[in-house]
Amino acid sequence: MDLVESYREGIRFVRKPLQRALLGALLLALLALPLWGPASWLNRASLVWLTAIGVVGQNLLIGYAGLISFGQAGFLAIGAYAFAHLRIAGLPFLLALAAAGGAAGVAGWLVGFPSLRLKGPYLAIATLAGQFIIEWIINHVTFISGGVQASIEVARPRLFGMVLDSQRDMYYFLLFFVVLATIGTMNLVRSRVGRAFIAIRDQDIAAEIIGINIFRYKLLAFAISSFYAGATGVLYTYFLGIANYEQFQLGVSVDYLAMIIIGGLGSVQGSIFGAFFITLLPIVIRRTMEAFGGVFFEPQTVLNLIPNLRVMLFGGLIIFFLIVEPNGLARLWQITKEKLRLWPFPH
Amino acid sequence: MKRTALAIAALALTAALPAAAQKEQFVPANFYWVGPYAPGGSGFGGGIIDYMQLLNERDGGINGVKLTWEKCETEYNNARGVECYERSKKKGPTGATVIHPLSTGITYSLIEKATADKIPVISMGYGRTSAADGRVFPYVFPLITTYWSQATVMVKFMGQRLGGMDKLKGKKIVLVYHDSAYGKEPIPVLTDMSKQYGYEFTAIAVPHPGNEQQSQWLQIRQIKPDYVILWGWGVMNPTALKAAAKIGYPTSKIIGVWWSGAEEDVIPAGAAAKGYISAGFNAPGSDFPVMKDIQKFVYGKGKGEFEDKSRFGSIYHTRGVVAGIVTTEAIRVAQAKFGKGKPITGEQMRWGIEHLNIDDKRLKELGAVGLMPPLKVSCMDHEGSGLVKFQQWDGVRWKVITDWMEPDRKLVRAKVEQDAAQYAKEKNITPRDCASEG
Repeated sequence: MDLVESYREGIRFVRKPLQRALLGALLLALLALPLWGPASWLNRASLVWLTAIGVVGQNLLIGYAGLISFGQAGFLAIGAYAFAHLRIAGLPFLLALAAAGGAAGVAGWLVGFPSLRLKGPYLAIATLAGQFIIEWIINHVTFISGGVQASIEVARPRLFGMVLDSQRDMYYFLLFFVVLATIGTMNLVRSRVGRAFIAIRDQDIAAEIIGINIFRYKLLAFAISSFYAGATGVLYTYFLGIANYEQFQLGVSVDYLAMIIIGGLGSVQGSIFGAFFITLLPIVIRRTMEAFGGVFFEPQTVLNLIPNLRVMLFGGLIIFFLIVEPNGLARLWQITKEKLRLWPFPH
Repeated sequence: MKRTALAIAALALTAALPAAAQKEQFVPANFYWVGPYAPGGSGFGGGIIDYMQLLNERDGGINGVKLTWEKCETEYNNARGVECYERSKKKGPTGATVIHPLSTGITYSLIEKATADKIPVISMGYGRTSAADGRVFPYVFPLITTYWSQATVMVKFMGQRLGGMDKLKGKKIVLVYHDSAYGKEPIPVLTDMSKQYGYEFTAIAVPHPGNEQQSQWLQIRQIKPDYVILWGWGVMNPTALKAAAKIGYPTSKIIGVWWSGAEEDVIPAGAAAKGYISAGFNAPGSDFPVMKDIQKFVYGKGKGEFEDKSRFGSIYHTRGVVAGIVTTEAIRVAQAKFGKGKPITGEQMRWGIEHLNIDDKRLKELGAVGLMPPLKVSCMDHEGSGLVKFQQWDGVRWKVITDWMEPDRKLVRAKVEQDAAQYAKEKNITPRDCASEG
């Protein structure tokens, strides 16, 4: 029923016409969101795209290559500051984006060196150190932080002579990058590089025996994932209008990790699910509590509960997914699809 | 059937009503009620909402225009702060009147956006100091006083205690600061002043969050400074006071910044905090007439923001009330110019803030004498006052120990204009000509 008949078919993203149609419809709906969705959605959606790019990158490292890192936020910061300086120096946007991503990539490559000797939690601690070192350097070297308040302002993006200043522009701008990142990553994980990552994750000694240069690929995983982080930092800078290291502290790395766990380790889809889910969770909580909270609590209590509920649910969900479904939302989605395919005649 | 139709019609009518009743002024309440900085966010937010509630309950709003607000949790996080801003900017009949970001990071993120959207940003006691130059930052108001003004008043206060500014010569002053952009803010000003007055200045960093300060205070024991300035945040403050007590450094020689001078900063330190002095641009207390009115008209009706009544009249609470006064007085000024009893737009609000003049007489009418300093804002000067008071912790409550003290305006203004000019150059902004503005 779901047989793949040729290698060409095997490496295709979308195999079935129905899938293709649905994916097309989804893309169209996203493209048309500014037409049908309320204005406040645009901003929230922009935030989802931003996060998704970073999470996809981190999933490459953690989910695919199996290298646990807590340093992602540091690379975001490097991307953001490098970009701010390059823009002020007058570099055009795309060049500055590539260069800032590259700078973060190089930093990631350096931080990746301990990964050659360390594994699991030990590596996580080493990357944690990387995070703090990066933060400290940015905070203390005024040449980088730009002086007062360690914030550098960046002008609105300008593409092909157009200034992107409305929320709608920002939405399309980020949507473009998230599609680019998704397609890029899906291609990457199907390539030799992606398979090498998976082989290293599953059993690094076996991978070495079949001829994968572990040294090279581990560092490559760090570099690529940091490049994504750097690019996210750049886009964040545009979104906020400033590069500010306080925006990229340990909490962000942990949030991203949580999104990967909830979305699904080693899945591009899962990364996007996770970003989507966690970013939208506060809205769902607020709406639900505003609608039904009054039944159980005083209105004042409801208002005080809403922000705390997010934190509680966040922790609860991570534990839930780790125990019940370590492969996250992506796996749940797959199960649903399989069930639906057989429905309504399961036997 | 008929009854259902009637009910539907009635429902439709009530739904249509708010749209017809446009006499509302929307002020976003984008603060933080969770996370490590929640005491500041919820206290300040509670104060501003309590004051707006008071105007609604006691006076029926401002000239009949009811104040409305909506809470949005920023978590002290830039991205969420911007999101709250985007969500709130179009609410109400005239959009957001003014934003209090209550975070320097969020303030920075909003400077350009809010200026483009014509929504004023008020950053009371935080934010970008150089925004005090209203020619370059037309929509940003670091009202009442800034970090730089405060640093100069601190030095003045020490001089006064020593018996004259000339006595500062040869004295030793140590700055213990939160190792972040915020903490480093006073260093240039204090360094400049050390050259002017001849004191020996040492800055000692405490890494975030600041719950480990033994080595820093051992260093202080070696230096034996005459005064220590504490520029802390959150848990760093009580830890510093406890560490000082451990090395036997007298608390009355420690002078804190206004974010180190709340009840939440001293109570956890217990007896070690007794005698500690901090700066402030608002006084705590529940005896001011305005606070009594809030007690009567808001809390008396069960509409107050705090469930924990001990927070009523705390330093963060009254700081929020001051923010409420500043905000609503500016609305009043704008209404007087653009139409009494009508909601104003953000652009009109900016005019209102720039023409704000809360003098002693007005403070008396508001029942806020001593709660906040007199304030006079102009196109040139978006700070409006610069005055600072000092308070001392007596183990139970903060006691105000000085009158309002003047900053070194010349030094601060020169630095402000220099930084603003730099910003204007980078951003290609032509500063406004204040002489031509009415």
